[in-house]
Amino acid sequence: MSEHQKSSADLVRAAGAGETDRFADPGVPAHQNRMADTDPRAAKRAERQVVILFVLSIIGTIATIVVYFAIRPDGTTASVRNANLALGLTMFLSLMGIGLAAVHWAKTLMSDHERVEERHEQRSSDEMRAAAVTVLKDGADDSGIARRGVLKGAVVTAVGLFPLTIAVPLISSVGNDWDVSKFRHTMWTKGTRLATDPSGRPIKAADMTIGSVVHVIPDAPEEERRTHHWITEKAKSVVLLIRLDPADLQEAEDRKDWSYEGIVAYSKICTHVGCPVALYEQQTHHLLCPCHQSTFDVADGAKVVFGPAKRPLPQLPIAIDDEGYLVAQDDFNEPVGPSYWERLK
Amino acid sequence: MSTSRTESAVAGTADYLDQRTGIAGVVKGFARKIFPDHWSFLLGEIALYSFVILIITGVFLTMFFVPSMGLVEYEGPIASMNGQLMSEAFASTLDLSFEVRGGLLMRQIHHWAALLFMAAIVTHMMRVFFTGAFRKPRELNWMVGFLLMILGLAAGFTGYSLPDDVLSGNGLRITDGVVKAIPLVGSYMSYFIFGGEFPGEDIIPRLFTLHILVVPGLILALVGLHLLFVVLHKHTQYPGGGRTDKNVVGFPLFPVYVAKAGGFFFIVFGVLAFMGGTMAINNVWNYGPYDPSPVGAGAQPDWYMLFLEGSLRLMPGQTEYVIAGYTLSLNVLIPAVVVPGLLFTFLAVYPFLEAAATKDKREHHVLDRPRNVPVRTGLGVAFLTAFIILALAGSNDLIATHFSLSINAITWVFRIALFVAPVLAFWITKRICLGLQRKDRELVLHGHETGRIVRFANGEYIEVHKPLAEEERWLRVNYDAHRPLEIEPREDSRGVRRKGFRKDQALQRLSRFFYEDRVEPVTPLELAAAHSHGEHDQLKGHSSDSSLAIVGPDGTGLDDHAQDDHEQNH
Repeated sequence: MSEHQKSSADLVRAAGAGETDRFADPGVPAHQNRMADTDPRAAKRAERQVVILFVLSIIGTIATIVVYFAIRPDGTTASVRNANLALGLTMFLSLMGIGLAAVHWAKTLMSDHERVEERHEQRSSDEMRAAAVTVLKDGADDSGIARRGVLKGAVVTAVGLFPLTIAVPLISSVGNDWDVSKFRHTMWTKGTRLATDPSGRPIKAADMTIGSVVHVIPDAPEEERRTHHWITEKAKSVVLLIRLDPADLQEAEDRKDWSYEGIVAYSKICTHVGCPVALYEQQTHHLLCPCHQSTFDVADGAKVVFGPAKRPLPQLPIAIDDEGYLVAQDDFNEPVGPSYWERLK
Repeated sequence: MSTSRTESAVAGTADYLDQRTGIAGVVKGFARKIFPDHWSFLLGEIALYSFVILIITGVFLTMFFVPSMGLVEYEGPIASMNGQLMSEAFASTLDLSFEVRGGLLMRQIHHWAALLFMAAIVTHMMRVFFTGAFRKPRELNWMVGFLLMILGLAAGFTGYSLPDDVLSGNGLRITDGVVKAIPLVGSYMSYFIFGGEFPGEDIIPRLFTLHILVVPGLILALVGLHLLFVVLHKHTQYPGGGRTDKNVVGFPLFPVYVAKAGGFFFIVFGVLAFMGGTMAINNVWNYGPYDPSPVGAGAQPDWYMLFLEGSLRLMPGQTEYVIAGYTLSLNVLIPAVVVPGLLFTFLAVYPFLEAAATKDKREHHVLDRPRNVPVRTGLGVAFLTAFIILALAGSNDLIATHFSLSINAITWVFRIALFVAPVLAFWITKRICLGLQRKDRELVLHGHETGRIVRFANGEYIEVHKPLAEEERWLRVNYDAHRPLEIEPREDSRGVRRKGFRKDQALQRLSRFFYEDRVEPVTPLELAAAHSHGEHDQLKGHSSDSSLAIVGPDGTGLDDHAQDDHEQNH
């Protein structure tokens, strides 16, 4: 063993000494002739293949146009799908024919002798650099900017300030009224009836069986629900209404009267990043957000049991009115949806 | 007769142009410019061509798309939606799919091309990374490419949301939630983007302007710069006989690459037409117009956004804090801002990091074989591992439903894997690279196994090895095994502490991380020694030629005498 170590130490030394000692570059490998280079019949055959591919493309183009005019879908999904398929395949033929023809041509018939071209260093020569510096210096001297300090300050300031003429009007308008306190309020007020989404039919407590889930919007006239404003309001106001066996329900002391006989209402907007929390599992009373899998326990104040959300879903306090319809006692007592910096202010 | 007329017409046109532009010089310099050939150089071309196809199909779509959130009642061929209230954006998307003949094909090609565009950019970037094509003088072009990737993401994101369907609307809602989590200015940034509260009436026209003007304009400008750099630098080439940092070996632009690259454009377009014709994508009529209430289970963003989605899904929620009454949502900021920030920063700074660790000021035009830079290759694979785990986590619900697994368990596995797997991937990749390098050494020193066993008169058996051809050997010996930086000592000869020692020390640590473990290429001397050694040693049947192959941290050989088992003979 000691012998080996000695010999390898010799080698290390030898290698260290001969660091510049490298193998010689064998040079560009010799050119290998292709069939078409030596056999005129092969060349002719390749040429024919290229021509056929171009002809296929021409056929494809004509077919696309024919298909476009001939197939007129009647609007059903199936007919549109068929027309799309026919157009796509003929277009494929038209394009692929050209593509394969050109590449086949290049690979079989164009010269494949490798050529060598010299590279030049990116860096300019010293003289060139000096010349460039001189040119710039001459220009700066001409302008006299170095000597005229006030002028320099004026030009920098003026050019620096002018973008404000565009930026200020743009930025102040782009956020509309910039009133971010709107995050705090939804359409729910004392006495607003809970209505089903999307039909808008008010819900009676008696309609809810144990285990049932209803997607809820605030009761509003039909015309209001057909406006754009409604969509923005709805984005904050959607609620999930769930009836549990009152025995399963654990409620905080101060929220005992927020539910009605086991019916609880929670904001449907996830406290993580705002997806609608839509998947309810009856057995476990868990609500799952399909976007990022935050899981809320409806039986226990909609607290987070898994996933990236931190806060429970805000609860909408509910009661029933004289006619037995479910109504809100008030708006949510906190902003719904994702957290933001001044949320608690 | 007609030939000469054509010729004179061409000559006349050329003369006209040249008198006004002096273009002959450009044509002479450019037409026969040499480009090297390799299939992996096509990846960047695919990106370029899918961008061109995106513009062609995109122009078609803008003729029919109405970027408005104004509400209309749908009347059209889809019976189930008649009378339904929807934005003009959604309604016009249905119209251009169902009532404009060829519209659906253009829409589907556009969407597939967008997916291909990002896939080509990412794989092109991987090619450039793993072969070291970002080294001097191409660092700036790497930055341009990096910006193009970011802009590609922006283009995809802004376009994805335009049809104003339920799926993309929920994507915007997630964006709103992420933006609101930004400390101090989050709420105002949400107003800035949406023109008031989410979703408002402005977001679709705003995204439209970004998608069809601002982002593609920037991409076009940077693509121009990217290609200008390619012309200035000339293309890199893979190592091989006759290819050096001072030349470029390949075929002339005209006619070979005009035909090959031009033809390839049609091939890419053809494949996309085939996909658009046969594979449905983003059937928004199945999702319905945007409504803040519904959401589909198993919803996925386009693939290039999956890593962000997965990052959001993996983060535990406990990390939201209230400090002095202000809410700091680290459960959103870390996955949506910090994690992509770290990933992108790594990509952006890597060329400069490696250059600092190498202190190599030379220009490089011959590409590295990935095995010859084990730490770089390891870091690249570790990066991809993290990216893939995040992307998989973005599909954790689909994995759960397809394989009947617990979503909680999957999420926990990915949470842990995100930290463990990249480290493992780095280590394994580095070891594989070192192993491959050692295999190269062994091949160069001992040749190929032939499977021919010979018995000597004295009874000894040996296997005959065939020496490598010159070209084969050149590929395996023609590289630099960089060594860790040597730095000046802390104190100079008079015992005075010198400035900048700490910085040097940090650099040295980085350099050691990169180049401590390395396999030196075989030198002719070693080869000669191996041959003579082999002959002298023949009867002993042992050799330790390769013991100097790996130098450990303390300068001793790390391993290994396992290769001695098969002795060579010539």
